[in-house]
Amino acid sequence: MSDYLYYPGCSMASSARAYGSSLEAVCATLDLRLREVDDWNCCGATEYLGLSQARAYALISRNLALAEQQRDGAQTLVAPCSACFVNLAKTEHYLREDPRLSANVNSALAAGGLHYTPGAVEVRHLVEIILHEVGVPEVARHVTHPLHGLRVAPYLGCLVSRPDYDRRWRLREHPLEFDRLLAALGAEVVDFPLRTDCCGGHMTQISPDTGFELIRRLVSAADRLEADMLVTVCPMCQMNVDAYQAEMNRHFHTGYHMPILFFTQLMGLAFGEPAGRLGIGAEITSARRALERIGVEVPPEEEAPAEGARRPHVPRPRKPQGLPMPQMPPEEDAADTAATAAQPEEVAAS
Amino acid sequence: MSAAVTAPAEAVAGATEPPAVDGRPEFLAEVIALAGTETRLEHCIQCGTCGGSCPSAADMDHTPRAIFALIRAGMRDEVLRSNTPWMCVSCYFCAVRCPQEIHIPDVMYALKALATREDREPSRTAPDFSRTFVANIHRYGRSYEMGLVARHYLRHYPLRLPGMAPMGLGMVTKGRMGFRPHRIRGVAQLRAILDRASELESRA
Repeated sequence: MSDYLYYPGCSMASSARAYGSSLEAVCATLDLRLREVDDWNCCGATEYLGLSQARAYALISRNLALAEQQRDGAQTLVAPCSACFVNLAKTEHYLREDPRLSANVNSALAAGGLHYTPGAVEVRHLVEIILHEVGVPEVARHVTHPLHGLRVAPYLGCLVSRPDYDRRWRLREHPLEFDRLLAALGAEVVDFPLRTDCCGGHMTQISPDTGFELIRRLVSAADRLEADMLVTVCPMCQMNVDAYQAEMNRHFHTGYHMPILFFTQLMGLAFGEPAGRLGIGAEITSARRALERIGVEVPPEEEAPAEGARRPHVPRPRKPQGLPMPQMPPEEDAADTAATAAQPEEVAAS
Repeated sequence: MSAAVTAPAEAVAGATEPPAVDGRPEFLAEVIALAGTETRLEHCIQCGTCGGSCPSAADMDHTPRAIFALIRAGMRDEVLRSNTPWMCVSCYFCAVRCPQEIHIPDVMYALKALATREDREPSRTAPDFSRTFVANIHRYGRSYEMGLVARHYLRHYPLRLPGMAPMGLGMVTKGRMGFRPHRIRGVAQLRAILDRASELESRA
């Protein structure tokens, strides 16, 4: 169908390799030809911007310059990682808007023999290409194994529909296109109010309490809506909710088990790809139970370790008789208690 | 929320010398210049939409709105030792809701850069993480997760390590974390570009 330049981002070959392999399978089915930009470098995430925006823009622009050099008929640079996407899209936008920045960046690029012409490539997120270029009806046409019986919470996260410099989304806070894509796969899509909320980004590394709270909001909301899993478009969201869920549970004394898969993994399953090719089983918070219930065979060698399948938190047994104290009503399930206790905070923060 | 609102007054009362409220009107210009792109910070109308939209505002010692007021009042020390920019998660909720279209995350990045440059950040954890992340980019051209988390957790969260061991082991056995970094071919080219950018930045 079309030829796209592809910027995988650092996580695609490591922590998000399930995303990398599943998107390859899905793009082959949809005839989206992705051509990886040769010798691309890290986008710097938010870390480089926080040390020096001037240098970060130069770092990011090297990728734009390489993409321009290697265009060969393609015009769109596709990034599947929301953090990479926003860095590339924002820099491209600023270079177009601000001639002073573009002069500085090009002067830096010249030291490496490179040049970038603002506007030479357009930067788009993979999910947005699938929604707006391929389209939901075309995706639905390829569904051979509909995900009937799977209840999913569509978690688009931030940075895709927001800030949205190129105005590709009609609604930036509650876009519904991603919901429709998942519904086209045959899944039952819950109305997830936190669909574009933040996963905490690097907070699990620099301020764990803050990070755990943001993860808890997502997981508890999905749990209350009785979703089988969250579905994401971003390696950072996946990492935070998946790998840090056990630590978050310890922090809050909760027992949530809410798997999170990449949307391309669900698309692949609906297209009839074997689970092994889609990196299913690479998640720390296992999705096995939810997937086996709808008849998906999860390869045994990728079974999640014990940590991923932690039993729900059971409060210590109380002595039947204590000092004569006013009797409190019996304690509910720890997860429910935490969920209701947190409600006022969420209202205050929104 | 109420703590965030009263914090500036307490901080002022507890300061050893009276804050230079009008002493540094140039601070606003300094922040704007450091961002390097159009921030529109000077257009802030103090409506508070930013703080009300912020998912991590509860953990900030000043809301973003209060920080912008402090910047305009020239209270440089108070701003640079605040944890506010470090609590920003870059989710752009404030940015898309701001009626004045201020590029709030860019302002937060500029404040982080300024605090780091002057060694004034309230905690070493966040700037250390950024520095290690960036050092790996300079070394390899790509991020190196294993090196980054190993160094970061040993230095800042040794007590979290035992609890995280099963997760780390899972990441390794599931092929999600490699022991060796990937080095791009153009590392020298990338360094030349970044060095030149540093030169241009220090000249500006």
